[in-house]
Amino acid sequence: MTFLDYAPAPESQSVLNLRNEYGLFIGGEFRAGSGTPFASINPATEKHIATIAHANEADVDAAVAAARKAYEKTWSRLSGSDRGKYLFRIARLVQERARELAVAESLDNGKPIKESRDVDVPLVAAWFFYYAGWADKLDHVGLGAAPAPLGVAAQVIPWNFPLLMLAWKIAPALAAGNTVVLKPAETTSLTALLFAEIVQQADLPPGVVNIVTGAGDSGKPLVGHPDADIVAFTGSTPVGRAIARQTAGTRKRVILELGGKAANIVFDDAPIDQAIEGIVNGIFFNQGHVCCAGSRLLVQESVHDEVVDRLKARLSTLRLGDPLDKNTDIGAINSASQLERIRTLSDVGEAEGAERWTAPCEIPANGFWFAPTIFTNVSTSHRIAREEIFGPVLSVLTFRTPAEAIAKANNTPYGLSAGIWTDKGSRILAVADQLRAGVIWANTFNRFDPSSPFGGYKESGYGREGGRHGIAAYLRTSTSTNGATK
Amino acid sequence: MSRLAVPKTYKLYIGGAFPRSESGRTYEVASSKGAFLANAAKASRKDARDAVVAARAAVGGWSGATAYNRGQVLYRIAELLEGRREQFVAEIVDAEGVSAGKATAQVDAAIDRWVWYAGWADKYAQVSGNANPVSGPYFNISVPEPTGVVAIVAPQDSSLLGLVSVVAPALVAGNTVVVVASERLPLSAISLSEVLATSDVPKGVVNVLTGSPAEIAPWLASHADVNGLDLTGAGDLDWVDLQVAAAETLKRVLAPQDVDQSLGRITAFTETKTVWHTKGLI
Repeated sequence: MTFLDYAPAPESQSVLNLRNEYGLFIGGEFRAGSGTPFASINPATEKHIATIAHANEADVDAAVAAARKAYEKTWSRLSGSDRGKYLFRIARLVQERARELAVAESLDNGKPIKESRDVDVPLVAAWFFYYAGWADKLDHVGLGAAPAPLGVAAQVIPWNFPLLMLAWKIAPALAAGNTVVLKPAETTSLTALLFAEIVQQADLPPGVVNIVTGAGDSGKPLVGHPDADIVAFTGSTPVGRAIARQTAGTRKRVILELGGKAANIVFDDAPIDQAIEGIVNGIFFNQGHVCCAGSRLLVQESVHDEVVDRLKARLSTLRLGDPLDKNTDIGAINSASQLERIRTLSDVGEAEGAERWTAPCEIPANGFWFAPTIFTNVSTSHRIAREEIFGPVLSVLTFRTPAEAIAKANNTPYGLSAGIWTDKGSRILAVADQLRAGVIWANTFNRFDPSSPFGGYKESGYGREGGRHGIAAYLRTSTSTNGATK
Repeated sequence: MSRLAVPKTYKLYIGGAFPRSESGRTYEVASSKGAFLANAAKASRKDARDAVVAARAAVGGWSGATAYNRGQVLYRIAELLEGRREQFVAEIVDAEGVSAGKATAQVDAAIDRWVWYAGWADKYAQVSGNANPVSGPYFNISVPEPTGVVAIVAPQDSSLLGLVSVVAPALVAGNTVVVVASERLPLSAISLSEVLATSDVPKGVVNVLTGSPAEIAPWLASHADVNGLDLTGAGDLDWVDLQVAAAETLKRVLAPQDVDQSLGRITAFTETKTVWHTKGLI
């Protein structure tokens, strides 16, 4: 045992009280789905966790009908302050059950417990707490007096931050006075169903929150449902494109938070210790399963070798393994299919001429794993510099001048996020001005806050979640209809 | 002895120049009573693509100009239009067959609309952006920025006011525009281009195509270098198909709707950029 080895320190699963089977959550109650139930497995062990109901079109209909009924009969008639109080209750219940939610999230998703415990779940509570306070202050969101909710929100979320994405979607929708039908990703339904229990504990009126589980065949009828007034989707750009097509002509409000290929730009005067930590956090946080991950490292040529050497040294100290172990830095890849995609693109990177380096670490026998990987000598035309890998794989490119850094950073159809590392304040401001990305971190990376708008330029989607912008997205002016600009 | 009039040749407005359609095509524009008014250029796919190239080239300069400067340039359009009121009134009376009073009201409303939007240039960012009180040592600020190149199908039932109502708001934030004018009432659009060409609007910031929206709009909707699509005047076209085509590159799309002046028309073609500035490293 070297000084870097730690004894196992697994978080106890005794806090969990999972059922063997979970139904759909419609109208305040769990009920069986009409499709064929599917298993949710632990990606770190491939062991069965629970059986999840599969919603078919009729189930989605029922969920939307329940949401519509709750919207008409109760939720839209409640005062803003009462809606807010329900959301405050939810925030508190999330805090009370925080450890349980964190363990369930790591079990189902594969992310390290230190991330689910210290990032995901605290942010979930913060999101509900933040938007709870907006519910009785809607006159101040910037849409004039007495803005109106849109109605029923159809929401589809990804598997990388299951409970956090649920909070991003549900909290502002409810605060604004909408009711929701939410579909979690097929591989990570568990915490959404625990959240349904929290909704019951909060005594939320039945039908205000409905959760339908299943794969794309459950999401498609939800997104296309004629009685949904707004569609909010977080996920891949190809699916976002399909949703944009599917909703064309319907006058539904659409919010799309899609893929990214963020540039993390390191200038030669960067605070190097912080930059190394920021680069690691930028691409290896959550195994790189982050739409805003800093997957393209742009390093000024003069410090390239130093940065790469220090990165390799730092990555060699990361611990990959049991997501429930409190010392784990890198957890499991969420699914076999995602692992396949990461492997394929990494092989392409090598084949196209980039130089591959993999952190020395032991890969567990079962489950889905991918060791932290760096590609150097990457050029802008390589697929690993253009396509979203969504895994712990960093592509390193170089630049000489700020203008070149900006041109390379913007050379992508995506525009979700970017990072800038430099000690020069005026350079931060000038470069940030020129980057075509919705979220820019200067001398930090992957920071999230409920008060801070998040969303992309170009093919990273449209609409903003978080902050005042995030609540306005679920409202219209008192005189306008959904499709209008006002 | 009466003087023989000198009629104007109406052409396209692309990149600050007035070319004929590269296709060589024109179409006859008639008055409301059916009398011949002019042969307008019938823009082609190639003209539309040239217009997008010109608009893209102009994005950097126009979006990089100060908000105060953009506001003054937009205000100057109103000034020059005011000086040519009578020309536009006469043109609208001929084309639309309305009374001089009605035509004057339309021209005046169009001028006032430029003034209203000009005033927003250095204010909309204050209203639609804000600082965010995040939990942590960060200065966090959200600001709106222009989306880029916006393609517009202008309202088809109006010579001037409809056109101004869709072009002006897109320009406020620093977008550049390719607009397809009313097919039946295109002449004021080209006359407005003459105003734009002489009122400090940089070349390429506004590009005006006349011809068939049904023919041109699909090329703009599917063009990968167009960032936004305003279908305000596309209500009579197969606009859903245009929206579907726009989905390929996830363009921001405005469905057919009214043309009232609003802040929402400005922000419809903006992107919110949020920057986290670390406070801790001192």
